[in-house]
Amino acid sequence: MNVLIIAAKEIHQAIRNRWVLAATLLLAGLALSLSFLGSAPTGNVGVPALDVVIVSLSSLTIFLVPLIALLISHDAIVGDMERGTMLLLLSYPVARWQVLLGKFFGHLAVLAFATCLGYGLAVAAMAATGSRIDSDSLMAFAAMVGSSVLLGAVFVAIGYLVSAFTRDRGTAAGVCIGLWLLLVLIYDMALLGALALDQGRSISATALNAMLLLNPTDAYRLLNLTGFANVSTFAGMAGLAQSTSLTMPVLLAALLCWTVVPLGLAALAFSMREL
Amino acid sequence: MTSTVRVTDVTKEYGRVKAVCGASFELNAGELVALIGHNGAGKTTLMKLMLGLIRPTSGSVEVLGDNPAAGEFSGRRQLGYLPENVSFDAALTARETQAFYARLKREPVAKALALLETVGLGPAARRRVGTYSKGMRQRLGLAQALIGHPRVLLLDEPTTGLDPELRQTFYEIIERLSAEGATVLLSSHALTELEERAGRVIIMNRGIKVADGSIERLRNIARLPTRIRLKVTGLAPREIPSWVPGDATCRRLNGRTVEIDAAPERKIELLHRATAAGTSVEDVEVVPPSLDELYAHFLRQSEQAP
Repeated sequence: MNVLIIAAKEIHQAIRNRWVLAATLLLAGLALSLSFLGSAPTGNVGVPALDVVIVSLSSLTIFLVPLIALLISHDAIVGDMERGTMLLLLSYPVARWQVLLGKFFGHLAVLAFATCLGYGLAVAAMAATGSRIDSDSLMAFAAMVGSSVLLGAVFVAIGYLVSAFTRDRGTAAGVCIGLWLLLVLIYDMALLGALALDQGRSISATALNAMLLLNPTDAYRLLNLTGFANVSTFAGMAGLAQSTSLTMPVLLAALLCWTVVPLGLAALAFSMREL
Repeated sequence: MTSTVRVTDVTKEYGRVKAVCGASFELNAGELVALIGHNGAGKTTLMKLMLGLIRPTSGSVEVLGDNPAAGEFSGRRQLGYLPENVSFDAALTARETQAFYARLKREPVAKALALLETVGLGPAARRRVGTYSKGMRQRLGLAQALIGHPRVLLLDEPTTGLDPELRQTFYEIIERLSAEGATVLLSSHALTELEERAGRVIIMNRGIKVADGSIERLRNIARLPTRIRLKVTGLAPREIPSWVPGDATCRRLNGRTVEIDAAPERKIELLHRATAAGTSVEDVEVVPPSLDELYAHFLRQSEQAP
């Protein structure tokens, strides 16, 4: 009950602050432009354009959704403490984990709304302009949207974890930008570099799999680019899709872990914190 | 009397700083208690301990029969708190804010919204809190603290930023609540305001409780002199009247007024002497030591004690 009351308030605030509007417009705009620009070069070759759009949209998601999620979540705890609103809220009959969970559902709802609406608009526009859309592609698209929300949940949880440990908002923002750079850009580059140097001598396939699961964005990428046969062909990942032992349930479980563990740690840190 | 708040030998340390040191007291139902002390004397820390926002380093705190630091403490439903420098989410209106807090306390929203009228927010209640002045935020802070007839009210500097009119209404509200049996603990710097209202005063200095009792009791303990001002005629300038006992300090304030510092129990004796001596006393004014003076006295005393 308390969780729902707090979630409703967070959603209300996000609507007021135009967060919902901004995130939806951003995602819809980019999705629309990608779906039309992205399908232009392949449009005549008889490829179901939606599969191509899934490839480009999931690459976009990896950059954008974590960024939006961290922006919303990084000051959820430390920001409210700095503004003084947390002091009053915690004097009410609510447990701290309820506050955190309420905020989580609220922020996740905002993110889910923006993603579904933004990406949904892109599909609707493609359907309206006469693209062939078969049910397989639609399934893959739905999975992509769903996993994008899950990726958002991961980064909202990571944002809370940072927020629960930092002393001021500036530090929280800085740490979050650092984490974003690390997980979205640097990790893959470093991994690629290591693989190129190693030439397959000491890094085994199992080790590689483990390293891919250690980064939620890689788990998300594999989930979308190898999960569906059509999509993996266009992503150039067909070979990897056949050889990898990381199945969809494993990848989903990894993403869930990446949500639950940081959220649990954030709740723990928050409950021990003194105001 | 039933006690609602029990603080037993509580010490709270922040690193090396002792914010509260070995404080013990009980607050009872229907009491209006003033908590006074310098900035950093431990007033806010005490309130946070009672709310369970922080845990004591040693000792125990009990509020409405429970330990407030234990998770979702149900006693908080009967507890109102107004923090010092209260702040709210700027994007929401006062009505939305008040409704949110009422839902958290499981209280009817309509009754909570009526409180906004009581504190005089009226038409402004439909505006975003972000546009509010300090005084208006303070009003909203008061309104949320009053949700659902609290049995314990903790008010940290409640009257700062309130205009005189609302100050009056504010004291009326809390006096009514305390008459109905609520415990009200309020900290303030406006000692003259508290003097007439607080039934009990707790003075803190550097985390240590230095005095606790009704103002009368504190006056008795402090043994500060009562000042008696007599307007007399027929005295030469600077002449000290002969009836003033030798051990009493006596001052001439202006041409016609004599001020005598009298020990509390010698007031009547002095007045007798003055009239018996045939001095023509035009007017008399008896000024007992004010809360300001008592406060200063107890602080000095605690500073001198090792």
